[in-house]
Amino acid sequence: MSTTAPQGALQSVPALLARNAAQFGTQTAYREKEFGIWQSWTWKQVSEEVEALALGFLSLGMARGDYVAIIGRNRPALYWAMVAAQSVGAIPVPLYQDAVAEEMAYVLDHCGARFAICGDQEQVDKVIEVQGKVASIEQIIYLDKRGMRKYDHSRMNWLMDVQSEGRAAHQRFEGELKQRRDALTYDSTCVMLYTSGTTGKPKGVVLSNRNIIETSKASSEFDKLRSSDEILAYLPMAWVGDFIFSVGQAYWTGFCVNCPESASTMMTDLREIGPTYYFAPPRIFETMLTSVMIRMEDAGRAKKRLFDKYMAVARRVGPAILDGKPVSALDRAQYALGELLVYGPLKNTLGLSRVRVAYTAGEAIGPEIFEFYRSLGINLKQLYGQTEASVFITQQPDGEVRSDTVGVPSPGVEVRIAENGEVFYRSAGVFVEYYKNAESTASTKDAEGWVATGDAGFFEPGTGHLRIIDRAKDVGKMADGSLFAPKYVENKLKFYPNILEVVVFGNGRDKCTAFINIDLSAVGNWAERNNIAYSSYQELAGHPKVLEMIQGHVEETNASIAQDEMLSGCQVHRFLVLHKELDADDGEMTRTRKVRRRIIEEKFADLIAALYDGSSSVYTETEVTYEDGRKGKIKATLELRDAKVVPSAARLAAQ
Amino acid sequence: MLDTKDDGYTTADGRTIGSVAMEMKNITLRFGGVVAIKDISFDIRWGEIRAIIGPNGAGKSSMLNVISGFYHPQEGEVWYKGFKRPRMRPYQVARQGIARTFQNIALFEGMSVLDNIMTGRLNHMKSGFLQQALWWGPAAKEEAEHREKVEKVIDFLEIQHIRKTPVARLPYGLKKRVELARALAAEPQILLLDEPMAGMNVEEKEDMCRFILDVNDEFGTTTVLIEHDMGVVMDLSDRVVVMDYGKKIGDGTPDEVRNNQEVINAYLGVAHD
Repeated sequence: MSTTAPQGALQSVPALLARNAAQFGTQTAYREKEFGIWQSWTWKQVSEEVEALALGFLSLGMARGDYVAIIGRNRPALYWAMVAAQSVGAIPVPLYQDAVAEEMAYVLDHCGARFAICGDQEQVDKVIEVQGKVASIEQIIYLDKRGMRKYDHSRMNWLMDVQSEGRAAHQRFEGELKQRRDALTYDSTCVMLYTSGTTGKPKGVVLSNRNIIETSKASSEFDKLRSSDEILAYLPMAWVGDFIFSVGQAYWTGFCVNCPESASTMMTDLREIGPTYYFAPPRIFETMLTSVMIRMEDAGRAKKRLFDKYMAVARRVGPAILDGKPVSALDRAQYALGELLVYGPLKNTLGLSRVRVAYTAGEAIGPEIFEFYRSLGINLKQLYGQTEASVFITQQPDGEVRSDTVGVPSPGVEVRIAENGEVFYRSAGVFVEYYKNAESTASTKDAEGWVATGDAGFFEPGTGHLRIIDRAKDVGKMADGSLFAPKYVENKLKFYPNILEVVVFGNGRDKCTAFINIDLSAVGNWAERNNIAYSSYQELAGHPKVLEMIQGHVEETNASIAQDEMLSGCQVHRFLVLHKELDADDGEMTRTRKVRRRIIEEKFADLIAALYDGSSSVYTETEVTYEDGRKGKIKATLELRDAKVVPSAARLAAQ
Repeated sequence: MLDTKDDGYTTADGRTIGSVAMEMKNITLRFGGVVAIKDISFDIRWGEIRAIIGPNGAGKSSMLNVISGFYHPQEGEVWYKGFKRPRMRPYQVARQGIARTFQNIALFEGMSVLDNIMTGRLNHMKSGFLQQALWWGPAAKEEAEHREKVEKVIDFLEIQHIRKTPVARLPYGLKKRVELARALAAEPQILLLDEPMAGMNVEEKEDMCRFILDVNDEFGTTTVLIEHDMGVVMDLSDRVVVMDYGKKIGDGTPDEVRNNQEVINAYLGVAHD
């Protein structure tokens, strides 16, 4: 488990920077669009910028082991500030820029940050607001000068001024800087990242140089990344993925990191850059697909037909061609024509023409969405990771890509499934500790270095791919002892655009049932096209045609679940369509739109009882909270429907 | 009334307002028999945000048009930077450092946002028509310089994402912002805004307010604005002129104006016995 450094010199990110400046000196390392033009910096220039900044930090009195908060959108200078802080032996702590002041106060106080480097006035204001509570902050450094003229600058500096000061103090601090940089080892802390803290307070994950460099090395080799690759850095800097992609892998392989002009120009900048290595959460791929489909609906008839014809070809043979499987010459010729007429221009519009490797992770991606991109010839893959693992736990190798698995263990990662189904892993990327939280560290990471993910999953027999089914704490047992994984079923159902939200019940019972929320915009649109009149959400949700459609979706899902030997018990036997949308105001969901199972179970106990007692309809009254805080009651009679279930594939074979 | 010493005053939020930039002296403007503005005098000081308010038809826009040189009053004088201003064409006024936006958006709909804002630089361009048409030598260099200025404005107003979009495709609120950008591109000393927030939703209004304050704060631009939304006016401006039926019925800080009986009568109406 303890790996030794490959070469003595490359034990830290600043050391990698020095190597890149020597090896790739004239290659572009960073680009940022500003004032309408892509400004670029070579590795050599970056190394000079970081050096000046590090000297400036020394002149401000930054000490070894200081925590340096970095708050702002992805900008080259903020990345340099992280590396400069590492150079002087300090620890960068990137924070989410959209966090409100109170959330920031907790993190700043917890790590005892002495320096705060802010992107702009907005972030400075937040830091100043919490400065009363967080006594540790001594210096604020900002990047964007706008609106900063009138602030009290006695303990505040413009980043460029810090750099000039560093350049001026060159003689004075050069020796000290060299000494501090040389003192960095594989075990010194590289970065500290706070987990988002959906449960309880955020925890500071301490990652060492070993974690970051070993992971970056292994994953770069896995996907054969090269120094000519281009990425777009647009995901929050506080997120471990961005640190691995835009710092770890970028410094290890020496590829170019491009920063967009602003959050709203991301799509245009993506097109202009045409990255070769790309990461996006499923939501972004989904939005892109929706906008393509909507625009195709508005296109002329000839174009629409061309698009439909060739997309059908792509769906049929695209993924196989991408995976290098045998495909007939005729199909290949058709696909090539499609590439010329449809796929090529489409990929160009999306900015994905040059993508060699694309990843999605974070949550389940709809199979249709996933297949759409793969059929266009974009090598979109899935990975499974955590902050505590320095991202990579499993990932999909080229040629073995499917939407329902998360791939095989990444190189250097061992994965083990515990008896209760929980996934454990051990690797060189495993975090050092939770900062100032020995208790949590101990409960997450055992003495041998195995880390609990909190997710339940299993290895698919035959392929050796890991499949994640649910959060471990939500997984239960059915009455007959088979596995109950509600989220697995819910996600499958939620891939239908007509279904907004699903809650599946069945823990400890003999069969599964479900509450379903329709998506008003999708179903409303469908109703309009099919001449179905309705006057309210409740009426639409209870319309027999709608119920029929939803029943169709449930039965299709059941058929797909039945394919799966382990989870075939989770097929939905009965369901109802709820008369109101589950809402955070009524406490049924969290503010981040996650279902609160316990509360729903209590609130709708009468409905659940009806689902299990076999009645065909149920009358209910539900209290709702309006947006102005008033309360009211909704009365409804709901129809309960039985859905066809399919005997499991395995049981069928056994008969 | 405010202490109107020649060397200016300090606002409630601590900004220092300078000496008189422009002074209207007994302006009367008639259209045939209709008297749009009746004997109005007030001043605008360097660095302040000066609002002109009043009910519909009070003569606010006419007043702004007098300042911008579009209308020429029959009586009275406009003093600018210490000199009496002779009768001028609007473009001559613009060259003196006064830029404006319009109540009904006056952009080139078919042109991109960038090109529209570039037109704001017109008065600063030195190369001639032929040079620009050939786009040769100094003309190309000059355009790059102007483009840089324009890009700074685009950055300032946060409209990078619509730089290349034709104006016709933009929503109303953004068009207003583009108009402001064009006026700012002219690097004015005095900025005239004719109802910058008319027809906007709350969010667009908030954005616009922030930009007006930021412009004043960052560049020290003197701003004169006409606005209907009283909340906005009272929050933004340092001093307010209130007009009604072409007459000035109030002048002072927002608080003074708010408590002025004549103003209250004009806005709320009075019972006629």
